[in-house]
Amino acid sequence: MKQLKALSAPYLVWMFVFILVPLLMVAYFAFTTDEGTLTMQYISDVGQYANIFVRSIWLALIATVICLVVAYPLAFILSRMDKHKQGTMLMIVMLPMWMNFLLRTYAWMTLLGNNGIINYLLGEIGLGPFKLINTSGAVVLGMVYNYLPFMILPLYSVIVKIDKSVIEAASDLGCNFWNTLLRVIVPLSVPGITSGITMVFVPAISTFIISRMLGGGSNLLIGDLIEMQFLGNAYNPHLGAAISLVLMVIILLIMTVMNQFSPDDQVLI
Amino acid sequence: MKKLSKLYVALVLMFLYVPIFVLIVFSFNESKSRSVFSGFTLEWYERLFHNDIIISSLINTIIIAILASIISTILGTLAAIGINSMKKVPKAVVMNITNMPVINPEIVTGVSMMLLFVFFAARMHVEFGFVTLLIAHITFDVPYVILNIMPKFKQMDPHLFEAAQDLGCSPFMAFRKVILPEIMPGIVSGFLMAFTYSLDDFVISYFTSGSTSQTLPITIYSMTRRKVSPEINALSTLIFLTVVIILIVKNIIETRAAKKNGAYKGA
Repeated sequence: MKQLKALSAPYLVWMFVFILVPLLMVAYFAFTTDEGTLTMQYISDVGQYANIFVRSIWLALIATVICLVVAYPLAFILSRMDKHKQGTMLMIVMLPMWMNFLLRTYAWMTLLGNNGIINYLLGEIGLGPFKLINTSGAVVLGMVYNYLPFMILPLYSVIVKIDKSVIEAASDLGCNFWNTLLRVIVPLSVPGITSGITMVFVPAISTFIISRMLGGGSNLLIGDLIEMQFLGNAYNPHLGAAISLVLMVIILLIMTVMNQFSPDDQVLI
Repeated sequence: MKKLSKLYVALVLMFLYVPIFVLIVFSFNESKSRSVFSGFTLEWYERLFHNDIIISSLINTIIIAILASIISTILGTLAAIGINSMKKVPKAVVMNITNMPVINPEIVTGVSMMLLFVFFAARMHVEFGFVTLLIAHITFDVPYVILNIMPKFKQMDPHLFEAAQDLGCSPFMAFRKVILPEIMPGIVSGFLMAFTYSLDDFVISYFTSGSTSQTLPITIYSMTRRKVSPEINALSTLIFLTVVIILIVKNIIETRAAKKNGAYKGA
C-alpha cells in the first residue's frame, strides 16, 4: 500500500495552505499589531465584550436545552413507530432543513413582525400588539427552529439502536415505563445527547444571522461582533481574530467536556 | 399514551411547518401585507423570473456547487486512499486537521480564509470573487468527502490491493478494479454532501465572495436586509417545492431498489 500514500499529496498541500495557514493567521493576527510587533492588547480588549460573550453563551444554552427537551420525546416516539413509517416520518422532520436557513429565519421575521400575522391574529381577539421581534426571546426561538433537527437526528439514531431485549429485561425485572425510560433508555442514549448538544450549541453560539434578523440591534452575539470587525464599520481584523480565537477556545472546552460523557469512539458527527 | 404521542408529533411538525406554509401562502398575496391576504396574484413569481440579480446568482451558485463538489470529490478520494495507507501518527495528525473545518464554527472558517485572501490580494493580483469563492467551497467540501470515504476502508480487507497485484494487476488496475468499487458508495455520498453544502452555504461565502461574485444565499440575505418584498416568499416557495420533489423522487428510487434487492434475495 506504500505507493498509495503519494496520492494524498495534492490534498496535503491544499490542507496546509487553505486550512492550517488560515487558522495560524487568525492566531497571528490576534497577537500582533499592524506593524507586526507582538501584543496582548487585542486579547485583553476582548474582555470589554464580556457581556456579549455571556449573552451568547446564555442564549445558546437556553436554545440547546429547549431543543433537547423538545427533541427527546419526539425521537423516542419516532423510534417506537412501525419500521416503514419511521423512514417517512424522519424525512418529514428533516425536510425543512433542506431549505436555506436564511429563508427559514426570514419566515419567522414575517411571523413575529409588528405588522406580522401573529400580532394581527392576536389583535383580532383584542390582544396586543406585543413586541415579539427584536427581542432575545425571538433570537432563542430562531435558534430552536433552525437547529432542532440537529438534535432530533442523533437522538433518534441512538435510541433506535437500543437493544429491545434490554428494555424487555427491565420491565421483566419490575421496572415500570418511567423507570425503564430514566434508568435504561436515557443512560443508553447519552452519546446521542452529547452529540446533539454539540451540534446545536456550536452553531447557536456563533450565529450572526439569527441575532441580526430576529434580534434587531440590541441583541448582539459573538458572531455579530466578529462580523463587524471584518466586514462592518468597525473594521479591525486584529480584534476580530482575537475574538474568533477566544470563541474557538470556548467551543473546544465545551467539546472536551462533552466527550468526557461519551464512551470512547461512539461520538457521532 | 398513544394519542398523547400523536398529538406531540403533530405539535412539533406544526412548529416546523407553519412558518413555511405562511411564507408560501403570502407569496400569492396581492398586497405587500404580511398579515392580511387581500387577493390572489402571480405577480411576485413573474417579478422573480425577471430579476436579473437573482437569476445570475442562482446560476453562479449552481456553477460553484458543481465545480467545488467535483474537484473536492477527486481531491478527497485521492486523499482518503493516501491517508488510509499512512502510519498511525501522521494519519491522526492529518485527520485532526481535516476535522477542523467540520468542528470549527463556520464564521471562524470564513474569517480565517478571508484573512488569507486579503494577504494574497495585497501581494498578488488576486481579487475577491469567483476564484476565492471556489477555493473556499472546495476547502469546506473536501473534509466531508474524506469523512464519508474513510469508514469504507475499515470494512475492506487491507490485503486486497496486494492480492490483486500478486495476481498480475498493475497498481493502477488494482486501484481501479479493487479499491474503487469498494469505496464507491462513500465517494457518491461524499459528493452529494459536498454538493448540497455548497448550494446551501451562506456564512463562508459571505466572507470570501467580495462584491463581484454572489451566490443565491448572499442575494437572499441582502434582500432580507432591504425593504420587504414578497419575491422572497415566491423564491422560498419554489425552493421548497424543488426540495420536496427531489426527496420524493429519491424516496421512490430507494424503495424500488430495496424491493428489487428483496426480490433477488427471495429468489
